[in-house]
Amino acid sequence: MLAQFLQFLFSGVTVGATYALAALGFTLIYNASNVINFAQGEFIMLGGMLAVLFTQAGLPLPVALMLAIIVPAIVGVLIEKLAIEPVKGAETVTLIIITIGASLVIRGLVAVFLGKNTHSLPPFSGDAPIEILGATLLPQSLWVLGVTALVVVALWYFFNRTLQGKAMLATSVNRLAAELVGINTGWVLFMSFAMSAALGALGGILLTPITMTSYDVGIMLGLKGFVAAVLGGLGNGLGAVVGGLLVGILEAMGAGYISSAYKDAIPFVLILFILFFMPRGLFGGKSTDRV
Amino acid sequence: MKKNVYNGLYLVIAILLVLPFVLPNSFYLDLAVRMAINAVIVLGLNLLIGFAGQISLGHAGFLGIGAYASAVLPTHFGWHPLLAMGAGAVATGILAALVARPIFKLKGNYLAMATLGLGIIISIALRNEAQWTGGPDGMPVPAMGLFGFELTSDKQWYWVVALLLSVSVWASLNLIDSPFGRALRALHGSEVASQVVGVDVVRYKVAIFVLSAVFASLMGSVTAHYVGFVSPNFADFFHSIELVTMVVIGGMASVYGSLVGAVLLTALPQALATFEGWETVVFGAILMGCMIFLPKGLVPTLAAKFGKGE
Repeated sequence: MLAQFLQFLFSGVTVGATYALAALGFTLIYNASNVINFAQGEFIMLGGMLAVLFTQAGLPLPVALMLAIIVPAIVGVLIEKLAIEPVKGAETVTLIIITIGASLVIRGLVAVFLGKNTHSLPPFSGDAPIEILGATLLPQSLWVLGVTALVVVALWYFFNRTLQGKAMLATSVNRLAAELVGINTGWVLFMSFAMSAALGALGGILLTPITMTSYDVGIMLGLKGFVAAVLGGLGNGLGAVVGGLLVGILEAMGAGYISSAYKDAIPFVLILFILFFMPRGLFGGKSTDRV
Repeated sequence: MKKNVYNGLYLVIAILLVLPFVLPNSFYLDLAVRMAINAVIVLGLNLLIGFAGQISLGHAGFLGIGAYASAVLPTHFGWHPLLAMGAGAVATGILAALVARPIFKLKGNYLAMATLGLGIIISIALRNEAQWTGGPDGMPVPAMGLFGFELTSDKQWYWVVALLLSVSVWASLNLIDSPFGRALRALHGSEVASQVVGVDVVRYKVAIFVLSAVFASLMGSVTAHYVGFVSPNFADFFHSIELVTMVVIGGMASVYGSLVGAVLLTALPQALATFEGWETVVFGAILMGCMIFLPKGLVPTLAAKFGKGE
């Protein structure tokens, strides 16, 4: 009983950590530009696929993983420079379609150059499962959780203790005021796309040894990251992390106890209920609109 | 103003009348039927997105309900296709009305999330209930008929959808000019301002959402009967995006833009078939390019350029 519960919890938290990283990516870009980046899931996919490509090319693991984070970050910056900046202030629908277009281009290019096969990475430190109260935990899950925790702490430090981080926060609160006190908001936009792509890619790399990857895994992962971000209250960093874990855990529990066929529907049922009763998510503050 | 409102409609009807006689073969006739079906769906969606300013990323879900009602009810329960079509539309209307009230308290990105979620849940349900829907493989749809007469050839279907399209254009034009349409446009401009002058904002948003969902469901049924087959891809997220893209590329809040968007995006995959393997890349690039260079959509941009409003 307990063992089963723990088993579902472990797998939920592991996947949830990836959703949390994706949700943080949504949050960063949303705060800097009010854009919901539907290409976020493709960064997750890119991270995993590139890690596979670079390790198979014979690069040492650390170098391959670094490259698999840096390349998506560059792609993120390119999207911002080429597609988001030229249409500043466009309608929400227009921006959504642009980012969806970008995601199609990325997915299509990966399918053309890396093929449509499913790939996997070897776990970073073996695959001997650890037994806890009758449930098993993969060492890779510890990697996922540990790195995610580190990233969250690092982001907290960045946004609360460094000038650059505070500049990004200030821009998200009020872009015009931030510009007036001399913050380079163009740089903030640049950084937020680079960081959010890197976060997504990192999540994708960490998860690949557990769930495998292929050119089309980005859609669902990205949409669930979006669910997590909205669940936590769009724009709220802590909310994104909690939302990600919650989506992961509930999905695993639902798949285990209710119906595994409807696993993918669970996050969306959840978000509909949350939005019906708490229209600003779990942690979203009350907002007032200026008329 | 009033006088030339219908000029475009006459042009559309004229084109529809001439088209089947100039199309070289049945491939193009089939394409024309698909274009017309999409055009009707997009007209309904544009009322919601373009005129009322509300996003729906789940409209393919409603298409799916209509299509599967037309497939499942006649096959498993022996219902008459027309009755099944009506049942699909009623079910869609009820579902849309039920979720619309809570959904339309939301705005912008939250609204996008809610409609997206709804669409995905519908498509997953269609994929999983294999004993009724045939699961991921889909299922055949019986032919549509009335009084012993069966709609089978593409030619017959062409005249049916051409009629549907003409009526839809006429209805949309009238709706936009009606008090209802003016209220929609007002709440797009400013919800607070329209509330102040007495527009029941939520009621109008719910009404237009239900209307466009029922439109989609009916056309879903039509598509199912025309193609003779349904599969869950028909209801998936990507199809919803395609429909929204038709609205935006043709031109938001433009009746004729809806037609242009539907025609172009229905033809595009055929045109892209020559780029073996690169279709997705090119399609994505075209989406981005259109939005970056023509953010208002084709028809409004061209209309502004040549100094003629619709």
